[in-house]
Amino acid sequence: MNGTTVTAAPMENKRTLKDIIAFVLSELKPRGKMLTPFNVISGATIILGAFLILYRLVRGLGAVTNLSQDFPWGIWIGFDVMVGVAFAGGAYVLTFVVYILRSDKYHSIIRATVLNGLLAYVFYAGAIFLDLGRWWNITNPLFGNKFGANSVLFLIAWHFLLYMLAEFVEFSPAIAEWLGLRKVRRFLGSLTVGAVVVGIALSTLHQAGLGALFMMAKGKIHPLWYTEFIPVMFFVSSIFAGLSMVIFEGSISHRVFSDKIDHRDHTAYDAILIGLSRGCAVAMFVYFFAQFLIFIHGWHWSLLNTPMGYWYLIEMIGLVAVPCALFLQGARSGSVPLIRTAAVLTMIGIIVNRLNISIIAFKWWIPLSERYIPSWMEIVITLAIIFTEVWVFRWIVTRMPVFGGVPAWAEEKHT
Amino acid sequence: MGIDRRTFLKRLGVGVAGIAPGSLLSPGKVQAKEAAPGGTKEFMGVLVDTTRCVGCRSCEMACADSHGLPVPDIGDTAALEKVRPTSETQWTVVNRFNTAKGDVYAKKQCMHCNQPGCVSACLVKAMEKRKDGPVTWDANCMGCRFCMISCPFDIPKFEYDSAVPKIQKCSLCWERLQKGEKPACVEACPGEALTFGTRRELIVEGNRRIYGEQGKYIPHIYGEHEVGGTGYLYLSAVPFDQIGLRTDLGATPYPEFSKGFLYSVPIVLLLWPAFLIGVNTLTGRKNDVRRAQGGQQ
Repeated sequence: MNGTTVTAAPMENKRTLKDIIAFVLSELKPRGKMLTPFNVISGATIILGAFLILYRLVRGLGAVTNLSQDFPWGIWIGFDVMVGVAFAGGAYVLTFVVYILRSDKYHSIIRATVLNGLLAYVFYAGAIFLDLGRWWNITNPLFGNKFGANSVLFLIAWHFLLYMLAEFVEFSPAIAEWLGLRKVRRFLGSLTVGAVVVGIALSTLHQAGLGALFMMAKGKIHPLWYTEFIPVMFFVSSIFAGLSMVIFEGSISHRVFSDKIDHRDHTAYDAILIGLSRGCAVAMFVYFFAQFLIFIHGWHWSLLNTPMGYWYLIEMIGLVAVPCALFLQGARSGSVPLIRTAAVLTMIGIIVNRLNISIIAFKWWIPLSERYIPSWMEIVITLAIIFTEVWVFRWIVTRMPVFGGVPAWAEEKHT
Repeated sequence: MGIDRRTFLKRLGVGVAGIAPGSLLSPGKVQAKEAAPGGTKEFMGVLVDTTRCVGCRSCEMACADSHGLPVPDIGDTAALEKVRPTSETQWTVVNRFNTAKGDVYAKKQCMHCNQPGCVSACLVKAMEKRKDGPVTWDANCMGCRFCMISCPFDIPKFEYDSAVPKIQKCSLCWERLQKGEKPACVEACPGEALTFGTRRELIVEGNRRIYGEQGKYIPHIYGEHEVGGTGYLYLSAVPFDQIGLRTDLGATPYPEFSKGFLYSVPIVLLLWPAFLIGVNTLTGRKNDVRRAQGGQQ
């Protein structure tokens, strides 16, 4: 926008491709202490998970999962994809605030958030691959001549792919800075706003689209959870799910990577937390109010006094209304512990909500003995995916300018 | 300062980039209606008269036989002790129901909906509604099992124990239909409990039986209106929910339930980018003005 006063580019120090490859190879070497408790536990889980994934590919889904004809979707969809994508919602919310509304306040956390979102899509949406019975056909919705364009899942498949690209473009300036590629950095930086606009539009639709997957499960999902507004509710809840994840991830990162974070960011961070907390509270209030209207409209009073009804109340009161109030109180009193508690409660609420719709309230009439309960192998594979994502996240933030340390030549001129 | 040409073109590019997937993903017709395009072919179906079924399970055997599935021992009546679902190796099953009018036998299989949920769920068109009525499965399937979530009758079955799994279900013997033959189960039925024909003819025949013998049947053909109409149609002397058929499914075709969302897709993909670019431009101008006025920030 404000591109008339282009300052003369600093001297481009020539880097050949050979230099870059040598640099990347040197960066690949692990750093820091190897034998920490976290590394040992997560490393062992990843190795075990890798073997189980191999076993699943050779022997079929039945060998490792407890899926059945009655419960075709388990935690790989209900948790990995549904919850993982909701938690990744922070990226589209914050890019909206920073690049569209141009609020500088959140600029210091935008890269970590976008990186988190990108990796969440790569790993958790990538978990779809494991769940596909005929995974070798995964490219069929992209290439060929048989497109089920009327399918909600077709839309989601395309959106996941395009959104991963958009998030990669949003994050790519950090990679260029890491490699010291000034011209490339300038070009990639000019793509950011475009990627943000496309990314927000895609996010709106596929966050809602994950809910729309259950529209045709009418009659299979308990009436307290099945409403025609599931897509809208999925979208609204992804706002506070994503922001809660940003709070949660931030509080861990600020402890683990504190040396990476600029000092001024540390002091400004509490103000950011309070802002995020207020945003969560507002979005949650809207969500809670809409759920309340849907409940009233559905005329389901008699269902409340059943075991499923109590479970519904725990979700809506205990894991939506209560954390909403805590966020509000936390923002008002500036209490960081309170905000973190609210974020954790909210995240549990999102997990419970997504699992309710996809598994727990799904065919609620089937007795517990015949219900789907994940096998230990499904859980280990899920943990292995989460740990791998954390490892990749750690590798990137310890090498690229994510939390700070942007080279002086690349400091953005905020327009 | 306004928008120079370069910026304008850049924004236009973003807008077009938003429109492209929008038009790509905009839904056409959600599913074929009563008859195929051109109206040359009518949907075929089967009328099941449960008052005539004696539970001999010849249909089960014929089905297994003609599709290379494990052939059941139909002499063993123990199988009728409990209500069985269809499975990946049993595309049709006969169940016995103890009702006020004594034992009633009812065959269960894919209903071959006029507008099937499974077909509109499929993102690679592996599930297909054929022009003459059958809903069939093809090997370009990804194995995502969304069809199983979306089927109101829980019919598609997945081979969990295979590394090369298929979705298995009744195909209304599509391969036989193409040769001008009847479905194997209809041909095998010794009691004329199953009648094969066009849906239109079968509804006429069903009504003829209902009104020809007043009081014998429940005055309703199950499948005439359920979920927008199905290829399999049922007659019964007892309420349908007593013979294992869900009566709470309504008359709305299942693809309609996700139509609202699908219709919003092109709208969101067109309006959202325009709105976002607009806001982005406005906030940019605001900063320009602030800077021009000496800049409080």
